[in-house]
Amino acid sequence: MPIKKVMKANEAAAWAAKLAKPKVIAAFPITPSTLVPEKISEFIADGELDAEFIKVESEHSAISACVGASAAGVRTFTATASQGLALMHEILFIAAGMRLPIVIAVGNRSLSAPINIWNDWQDSISERDTGWIQFYAENNQEALDLIIAAYKAAEDERVLLPAMVGFDAFILTHTVEPVEIPDQEVVDEFLGEYVPKHAYVDPKRPITQGSLGFPAHYMETRYKVWEAMENAREVIKEVFDKFEKTFGRRYHIIEEYKTDDAEIVLVTMGSLAGTVKEFVDKKREEGVKIGAAKITVYRPFPIEEIRALAKKTKVLALLEKDISFSVGGAVFADTSRALINEKEKPIILDFILGLGGRDVTFQNLEEVVDIAKKALEEGVKEEVYWIGLRKEIL
Amino acid sequence: MAESPFKADIERVEKEYSEKMTPGAIVYLPGSSVINKTGSWRVFMPEFHKDKCVRCYLCYVYCPEPAIYLDEENYPVFDYDYCKGCGVCANECPTKAIVMVREKK
Amino acid sequence: MAVRKPPITTREYWAPGHAACAGCGCAIALKLATKAFSEAMEEKYGDPNAFAIAQATGCMEVVSAVFPYTAWKVPWVHVAFENAAAAASGIDAAWKKLGYKGKILAIGGDGGTADIGIQALSGMLERWHNVVYLMYDNEAYMNTGIQRSSSTPYGAWTTTSPPGKYSIGEDKPKKWVALIAAAHQIPYAATASIGNPFDFVKKMKKAAKVDGPAFVQVHCTCPTGWKSPLEKSVEIARLAIETGIWPLFEIENGDFHNIKIQSPGGGAKVKREGGKVVAIEFKKPVEEYLKLQGRFKHLFKQPEAIQVMKEQIKAMWKVLGVDVILP
Repeated sequence: MPIKKVMKANEAAAWAAKLAKPKVIAAFPITPSTLVPEKISEFIADGELDAEFIKVESEHSAISACVGASAAGVRTFTATASQGLALMHEILFIAAGMRLPIVIAVGNRSLSAPINIWNDWQDSISERDTGWIQFYAENNQEALDLIIAAYKAAEDERVLLPAMVGFDAFILTHTVEPVEIPDQEVVDEFLGEYVPKHAYVDPKRPITQGSLGFPAHYMETRYKVWEAMENAREVIKEVFDKFEKTFGRRYHIIEEYKTDDAEIVLVTMGSLAGTVKEFVDKKREEGVKIGAAKITVYRPFPIEEIRALAKKTKVLALLEKDISFSVGGAVFADTSRALINEKEKPIILDFILGLGGRDVTFQNLEEVVDIAKKALEEGVKEEVYWIGLRKEIL
Repeated sequence: MAESPFKADIERVEKEYSEKMTPGAIVYLPGSSVINKTGSWRVFMPEFHKDKCVRCYLCYVYCPEPAIYLDEENYPVFDYDYCKGCGVCANECPTKAIVMVREKK
Repeated sequence: MAVRKPPITTREYWAPGHAACAGCGCAIALKLATKAFSEAMEEKYGDPNAFAIAQATGCMEVVSAVFPYTAWKVPWVHVAFENAAAAASGIDAAWKKLGYKGKILAIGGDGGTADIGIQALSGMLERWHNVVYLMYDNEAYMNTGIQRSSSTPYGAWTTTSPPGKYSIGEDKPKKWVALIAAAHQIPYAATASIGNPFDFVKKMKKAAKVDGPAFVQVHCTCPTGWKSPLEKSVEIARLAIETGIWPLFEIENGDFHNIKIQSPGGGAKVKREGGKVVAIEFKKPVEEYLKLQGRFKHLFKQPEAIQVMKEQIKAMWKVLGVDVILP
């Protein structure tokens, strides 16, 4: 029987790793993710997890060791955040290009400078072009579940891409919530053992991994990653279906909340979705027709789901904890791509908020709704808004 | 006549060599570089004088390709399909059994 | 006449058709290293093929594995420039869990080892992985077109250390990574050279057979980057040993008080005390080594620079506990 324990998202991630039984783990401490390798060390010390834990000297070596181990044909795991993920950047491309289904737990944290240990999504959002699947968890249960789902999707032969699961720094990484831990046998049955047909380091079958791609072949390797990411759309749906049948919890690529008659839909990711849903309930009581949508799978970007959502509403208000300077948030750019050639489309507004641990309050969300309403009535004057900015100190 | 230690690779690569894209651009045919006949790079070629050879193996040890293998009596055999003509073998040969001569094309 | 057996296995792991330059000293090193590994694995585990390679970006990587072909007949993984040691750590860990017997050979050039890869190297050694790290030292970034690395010797021309009105070429002495590796107190660290292939093979076998990490730094002529005649690749490397430029040594378990020094040959007089080499009087002048290479050509117009180089060589030998006399 599954048991419930009160734990932080970092512990939930460690539990997920334990349940997925990676043979090799390589990790380096970084706030706010340090508890993940700490907890894993305890599991190994207590004999509850039989894995090689390589205590590397940097995140660059953490992901490099994972690439080596995954190339050797075993399941691997690491955890990091922020500067650590940025230090991995180079190797993230390589992991995807070499088609190695490594899974990283990311405690989503801002990037320096100035150095800041608190939550936003700039770290993993900045890795959106590396060829990694990206999931964002709303709560600690999702952190655990999505890591298990991530392995299932990543290791699918139609996909064979690495995956990262993001959960917000401190808001989730360091906050306790009740989390249901599935039975090991059920997870074993769900995931199966990872025995890749494509990648191995076996003296009986010598192969060469990490070859040089000349212009005559490089572009096709990139296309293959594109194709795999396209395949991931369907595979993730299948994984979520199977996940529900196995564990009883339902996940959606985009989770909609009270969107059916909503004039304004607040679209967001991660733990902010919880706040936004509460806010929607409040506004609904006031008679305002708004809804919410949570992007659980950010890569592959849910183009069809965004189009379906767009058909239901007049304003898509994107709430983002990331910024691409001179453009706006990444989700804004991606949503615009999804809707650019639609005959009818809602107004799309982008709201940058919550950077570097800035609280996102109901008052901030009221401001968002006011701007959305105004755009609806008077037309769009600006596309990108910074919400919760302390203008008085600028 | 002695056989190249790469004979099996050469035969296999002739049959199985393919540009078909693999996941991660993995190369599944070990030793498939034998498809490149680098002998075409050569300007000077090693000429072997068996009568002077003392079978010291130095040419065999040094050849960077390797384009020198051993026959049944352990005399060196020069594989001109791959020899790039660097001349290290001739330079190191203690009995001058290998002489570099201009390639006749 | 009785014929000796070939001095090394005839098994091949490095196939021809690769794109290394004619006369490439690094290609010689890789060919011999894999053969040595094969012999060691056969002797240790009864399986000559029980090894795999993790290789850094560099000359020997780009010439050997161009999709869709490969020169390698051994499992081989390339990830990036600075992380061969980290990738090897991962493979080593995976092999432990898979129950494979054997050893991982990590390979990097001097740039990928002495410079950008030194952190990953230090980590791998310190964590005691069952990995031999082979640094093929051609003394500059050759793959990008001959730029100086921290392993480039004093006085050498490279594209980023050109001699000029205010420059004698590279102005720093060479950094000896083998000494840094040995300072990790790993079971085995050594220098070797393609100029003494049998010593190199012996050391690679020793490295491959130890339990835990080992490091071998092998001097490899690069005729392209050193501007040297193709056929002289081995001769030049041998002259480096015979003139005192390239010391051959072994350090076990970080025991710097008992460094094993191999005799340089070339008529050098070696003085031993209690089995230890304490002094060497070289008979061949370093000029003999320098004059065969275009990269040192300019030094002959600045003999004082050659004197500086000789002082540095003496200082380097002093670190090894050996007093040397250079002609």
